[in-house]
Order: sequence, then structure tokens, then C-alpha cells
Amino acid sequence: MDWHIIIAAVIKIVVFVFLVTLPMVAMSVWAERRVSAAIQDRVGPNRVGPFGLLQAVADGIKFLLKEDFTPNHVNKFYFWLAPALTMVPALLTCAVLPFGSQLFGEKMVIADLDVGPLFVFSIASLTVYGIVLAGWSSNSKYSFLGGVRSTSQMISYEISLGLSIVPLIMIYGELNLGRIVQEQAINGWALLPLWGEGLSLKGFILAIPIFISFIIFTTSMFAETNRLPFDLPECETELVAGYHTEYSSMKFALFFLGEYAAMIIGSGLAVTLFLGGWSLPFGWLAPSGIDAEIPWWHGLIHIGTYFAKVIGFILFFIVVRWTLPRFRYDQLMRLGWVFFFEIALFNVVLTAILLAIFK
Amino acid sequence: MAIIVQRPKLKWWEQLYIPALFIGMRVTLGHLVSILSRKTKVTMQYPEEKWDEHLPEHYRGAPALVTDEHDRERCVACQLCEFICPPRAITIKPEEIPGDDKWAKVEKRPRTFDIDMIRCIYCGLCEEVCPEQAIFLRKDYAITGTSRAEMVHDKEKLYQIGGVRVGLVNKWNELK
Repeated sequence: MDWHIIIAAVIKIVVFVFLVTLPMVAMSVWAERRVSAAIQDRVGPNRVGPFGLLQAVADGIKFLLKEDFTPNHVNKFYFWLAPALTMVPALLTCAVLPFGSQLFGEKMVIADLDVGPLFVFSIASLTVYGIVLAGWSSNSKYSFLGGVRSTSQMISYEISLGLSIVPLIMIYGELNLGRIVQEQAINGWALLPLWGEGLSLKGFILAIPIFISFIIFTTSMFAETNRLPFDLPECETELVAGYHTEYSSMKFALFFLGEYAAMIIGSGLAVTLFLGGWSLPFGWLAPSGIDAEIPWWHGLIHIGTYFAKVIGFILFFIVVRWTLPRFRYDQLMRLGWVFFFEIALFNVVLTAILLAIFK
Repeated sequence: MAIIVQRPKLKWWEQLYIPALFIGMRVTLGHLVSILSRKTKVTMQYPEEKWDEHLPEHYRGAPALVTDEHDRERCVACQLCEFICPPRAITIKPEEIPGDDKWAKVEKRPRTFDIDMIRCIYCGLCEEVCPEQAIFLRKDYAITGTSRAEMVHDKEKLYQIGGVRVGLVNKWNELK
């Protein structure tokens, strides 16, 4: 047994998941409230700590101390299981995201899997079970409608989400997220092929299907995380709170945080696949190969770059939420099945043709 | 008569919904920038900043009792305010003014005068009904307490809020 690997993995899990991602979840709730307030000419939470930064702590304490009420008419076992099933898959997907290049010769990814995106999609699709079980076991009409809506929405959009990254995988010929990012660091980000081998006719032409993929991927990600403009599962004006209507205290908080965790992971995946992950633009400080030695401060800069990009993407999520109105349900289904599914399929064929032309 | 709303005919790129996203984001980000650069200021940070000097003349805050220029309490304990008070917030226990008192001819005064500020709805009927102009609604609005008992304003507290008001009615004035 190689203790070195286990200890390194444990340190990475503790630091990346518990010390960075979970606080980021809490902080993104605060950011959401502050940004939405600014957009609506309000102030937002600014009392707890400097700029209200400790609001997340206050909220957490509040959620823990509130009465944890289980209604009599629910199916207790599934009612208790559902919140965990929402939060856990969201955090599990952290495992394959490369959040940095290397630090002291150690790859900055918890599990360096060769099936990265497949792992993410297979685990992320488990989130739907949490929502279905919550909606079903709550035994109330609002939860039930929310659960049903959420199920059909997530299943519909998972298809276009999965299909949208197929062109990318075809272009890179690679399923290891770490090596995809390394390739982007040297030869230009998928969406911004302006240096290395990307700066060529082939790079520019291939950017067209990647751009289409990016739009489908991002929109499907909005639908997958149940956020506006696709927040039909919990649309407050119709369904009280949707699938988590009957939940209170920390169980509600788990749903709430699970949604934000899914948002962070989704942003992380989008950044990794389309925006070059931890790499700086124009090949600055890019390691020459996946196993090349780099100084520790390069590693730290790469980690910082990754989180800066993720935070930027989260802010984009937040601004979109407070900009767009909600879709009607039939529009949502039509968009998913009639447009995105076909466009994604067409995009795969287009990429194949382009790759055949530019061998 | 039915009104037919003419829907605008969208061009193909408008139907893509993506330009609308950026038009919308220009609006929302415009608000974001203007509030962050403090160009627009809407919210008043309440406990630190207050609006007290802008309160209108007709503002109805906490009701209070007043004394006149001779330091006599104006209230004659007629209990009209107690009867008219819609939420029954006022409780008065009248007493007779003893004969050797300077104001013996007034005959009656309140022994206790309690206003339950949890009940008070700041309607101002007590002020309107008072024949002696003894009770007024002042501009105090932040009435707080940590217990129910603390929220009951007794006579002493009511005179403390009310203070002195001069030259309103001179019915009991010695000079007349």
C-alpha cells in the first residue's frame, strides 16, 4: 500500500472539497443576494461582518438551530434520504475536476480518471433521484408537481448536455480532463484558439462547432441546476417552493446548498472544457507537458486562475438569473427536445465532417 | 369589445433569444454598475440614518399626554378616549382632585393613565375626541421593549413624551 498517494488524496479532498468548495457554496449564496440586490437597486445583506461576508455563517447557524419538522403524512425514509441524495452527487463530481496543474509534483486533481466527463455526467444524473424522492415522498401536490417537472426537465436536458460535449471530445480525442486542459494551455482554449496550434485555419473553423456546443452546454447547465430561466421545478409563483415545500431547517438547507454546489461544479466543468481550466491565456506559464516539472508558484497561480474563472462563471449564472424571466413549460420542453437535441446531433456530424476535412 | 394586441414580428435573429439575453443584461448590469459606483442611492441604512427631520406635519406616532403652561395636567379623566379607542389600548382610572388643591375646580384627574403600545394602532381618534386637547400623537415611532409590561406606557412616561403645550384652551385658566 502506497501511503503517499492516500495521504495526498486525503489532503486534496479536505482542502479542495471541504475548505474551498463548501465555503464557495456558502459565499455564492451571499454573492447571489448581493448581486441581485445591486441589480434591483437594493443593498442586500450587509450587516453580518464586513460587507455582510459572514452572512453565510449566520444563515448556517440559523438553519442548524431551526426546528427540523417532519410532517406526519410523508414517507419518512425517502423524506430523509432525499436531501442527502441531492447534495452528495454534487460534491462527488468534484473528484475529477482538475483545479490546478501541479503543486510540489502532485497533480491537482483528486482522481485523475481517464473518463472524466462520463463520470461527471453519470454522477450528476443521480441528483434527479434526490428531487424525485423529495417530491414524491412529501405527499403534497406542490412537491409532487415540482418533482415531476424537475424529473422530465433534467432527463430532457441531460441528453443535450451529454451530446454537446461530444464534438469537444472528438476534437481532443481525450476523455481525461487534466490532459484536455493541458492541451488547451499549450494550443489555445477551446473557445479562444489564439495561440499555439490553435492559431490556424483549422483552429478557427473548429471553434464554430465548439461555440455551438458551448451555448448548448451552458443553457442545458442552467436547466440541470434548476435555475432561472428554467426554474420550473420550484417556481415560487406557482408551486410555493416546488419539491422542497415540505422541508425545513437543515434538510431544506441541503437542497438549497445542493443547488449551488451543482452550479459551482457545472461552472467548473464548463471552465475546464471550454475556457482552458487552470491555464492562463496565450500560453503564459503553461507547463510543456502533463508530467513536466513546474515551480510551485506556477502551480499556485494555476489554482488561482481556475478559481477566478469559476467565480466569473458563477457571477454570469447569477446575472442571468436576475435578468431573464421564466420560460413556459411547453417552451422549455420544445427547446430541449426540438432544438437543442437536433442542434447537438447536427453539431456532432458537423464536427466529424470538419475533422475529416482538416486531417 | 375585444382588443387585438398587435404582437411585434420578430426577425430570425431576435427569435434566437440570445440577443435578448444581452439586451437584458445591459439593463441589469447598468443598474448593478450605477448602484456599485454609488450613482444611484435608494436605501437608507435605518438605525444609522434616520428620516426624522423629513417626517410630515401630520405624522401620527406614539400618543402622549401634555401639560399646560401652568404645569397642570390637561387631562380631566373624562374617559372619552378610552371609549373611542378602537383596539381598547387606553385604560384610565380617574380620581377626584382634593379640595385644597390649586386646581380643585377642575374636579377630576387621572390617577393612572395607561396606553398599551402593543395594542395601539396610531389611528389618532383619541386626539380627535379629546375635549381638553390633552392627548396628542407625537412623532415617536420606534416604540420597543423586551417584555409586554415594558410596552405599556404609564402616566409618567406619557407626560415625558408629551411635554408642555401652551395656549390651546384656556378654560381652566385662573385669569378668566
